[in-house]
Amino acid sequence: MSDDVVGVKAAERGFVGGGADVASFEVDHRGPLRQLQHFLHKYPTTVPFIVLLIGVLIFSVAAGSRFFAILNLSLVLQQVTIIAVLGIAQTMIILTAGIDLSVGAIMILSSIVMGRLAVVYGVPPELAFLLGLLTGLICGLINGLLVALVRLPPFIVTLGTWSMYGAMVIFVSRSETLRQQDVAAAAPLLQWLGSSFKVPIPGWGTAIITYGSVLMILLAVLIWYVLNRTAFGRHVYATGDDSESARLAGINTKRTLIATYTAAGLICAIAGWVTIGRIGAVSPLAGQNANLDAITAVVIGGTSLFGGRGSIIGTLVGALIVGTFRNGLALSGVEVLWQEFAVGALIIIAVTIDQWIRKISA
Amino acid sequence: MVFHWEVTVKRTTLRTSVFAAAAAAFVAFVAPAHAAEIVGLITKTEGNPFFVKMREGAQTKAQELGLELRTAAGKFDGDNDSQVAAIENLISAGAKGFAIVPSDSSAIVPTIKKARDAGLLVIVLDTPLDPMDAADATFATDNFKAGELIGTWAKDTLGDKAADAKIAFLDLAANQPTVDYLRDQGFMKGFGIDIKDPKRYGDEDDARICGHEMTGGAEDGGRTAMETLLQKCPDINVVYTINEPAAAGAYEALKALGKDDGSVLVTSIDGGCPGVANVKAGVIGATSQQYPLKMAAMAMEAIAKFAKDGTKPQVDPKLGFLDTGATLITDKPVKGVESITSEEGAKLCWG
Repeated sequence: MSDDVVGVKAAERGFVGGGADVASFEVDHRGPLRQLQHFLHKYPTTVPFIVLLIGVLIFSVAAGSRFFAILNLSLVLQQVTIIAVLGIAQTMIILTAGIDLSVGAIMILSSIVMGRLAVVYGVPPELAFLLGLLTGLICGLINGLLVALVRLPPFIVTLGTWSMYGAMVIFVSRSETLRQQDVAAAAPLLQWLGSSFKVPIPGWGTAIITYGSVLMILLAVLIWYVLNRTAFGRHVYATGDDSESARLAGINTKRTLIATYTAAGLICAIAGWVTIGRIGAVSPLAGQNANLDAITAVVIGGTSLFGGRGSIIGTLVGALIVGTFRNGLALSGVEVLWQEFAVGALIIIAVTIDQWIRKISA
Repeated sequence: MVFHWEVTVKRTTLRTSVFAAAAAAFVAFVAPAHAAEIVGLITKTEGNPFFVKMREGAQTKAQELGLELRTAAGKFDGDNDSQVAAIENLISAGAKGFAIVPSDSSAIVPTIKKARDAGLLVIVLDTPLDPMDAADATFATDNFKAGELIGTWAKDTLGDKAADAKIAFLDLAANQPTVDYLRDQGFMKGFGIDIKDPKRYGDEDDARICGHEMTGGAEDGGRTAMETLLQKCPDINVVYTINEPAAAGAYEALKALGKDDGSVLVTSIDGGCPGVANVKAGVIGATSQQYPLKMAAMAMEAIAKFAKDGTKPQVDPKLGFLDTGATLITDKPVKGVESITSEEGAKLCWG
């Protein structure tokens, strides 16, 4: 997990050891808080892991066996799948010091293209599915071209495309919902990620895992590998950390940006597929809060909105934290407004810790 | 620098010509083709089929009456600013009147007053203003009654077992907008639950209530809310849902846990075409159907009449609004409530 730390471009020049040596030299002069700060700076993903652990502990006490049942915990995993997949796309963008406000709209647009082509227009499900993925890819590509070539701020670009893709959702769907039964009859492939298998755990119960959740984990591993073990991934971090230095170091930052936004668009389309699996239907009303929920997961997962620092694993845990808190609070009998309040507080705490850890590198 | 300068010039020229073309097109678009009376329809959003149907109803009626209809909508549910701008545009356009589904029942009131002071007839559809008499008339579904219908149906279907039912409430949003508490509390009254404050849910102490979770009125929210409540009370056998997308989501959750064998009664409100089809398929036990097309068509008629001779529409003095009706749709009718079948409902459905 040490890959999360800053200094990517330094690493590429082979300077990474320098900072670490100096730190170990001063180790005796630090108080426990400073040591913690340094530890977290080195392994930032531990923060969301600790928060998740604390959450599980609290709710296991407050809501009792209902919460800590393996069935319930596996439901939480199902519930966060859409947001986590969307969060993976958002993490890639935010690592480049960008933001993508259109992820939710791309997700729904792709799901509607898939659904309507297959169910209403009788296109073979496999082809409809591929065209749905292509839709997401093109949406991402448009974002990337506008950010990299026209050099507009990502916030502005995606604020604009959010509206445009949202309008396309209404246009393509004609505001109609395709019912679960109609989708099942015409294109069961689109609902496949919603099917599940049971994992009996002796002495604890039976977990229900959907293929959507499995895909989420596979996708996270893949993107983690790409970001940390390939040249392209290191370029993503470097571009986000300091675009100008990255460019001077010979990285084609424009190409990196375009590729990142395009890949993110494709992942959003996959999230659209996950959405059909989860709700069975193809609905233009779904995923209204997905945009901000995905950003929330990324931020709570410890990825810095300033770019260049953060991880996919953090985002996954961030999504799980939000899901766990909502579920745990609901099972403890807490009203919905306080669930919202708690998620808001988590964001503030996450960013506060992030800022505190960052102070070291300053 | 020189290169950059050239590019800028080119861009500017291009931009100017594009703007000129767009401006010309816009002028051509807004110039009145004939001198028909202008009427308006302002809905909450573009996306919801309920409002799409409403617009269709208004469009057909306006054409029939020789009116020129201008429509507008907010960007999202709760978008007051866009609706304010739309009203101001109608006033400047010299409209005779308009129908509006307010996104924010209180915040829109001063702008409505401005329109009425300017001589426009204002008819509020679906969601009453706060206060209701701030409009010339309100045409709406009696949402409390719509809730009562499905509540009574659920109680009568269970019979003696209603006394130890376990009910999940899948509501709209934590801020409890009017339609949310009216439907919820209507259901409770129909089911025979002491509702305490009728303007708020969550203050009841009936042990049959498992809890209230929010759905946002969509499938994904419905599924998550149902899953959560099922974890809280595995013995839930009655589900109230704010609308049919939420009900469809709830059913997915029931199915995933093997509870789709008809042992759980799912009730809903709206009467959209997918919802009615779900009644036929057995996903939803009963739903209350409302009539957006009728609301909008009646509003257009009222404005046409007002433009002709200045008469304003009359509303039910007891309710304070004109009830456009709600009908229970179910294929398992009970004695206590009048209902129509899903087949009949499909002929009247919207969206």
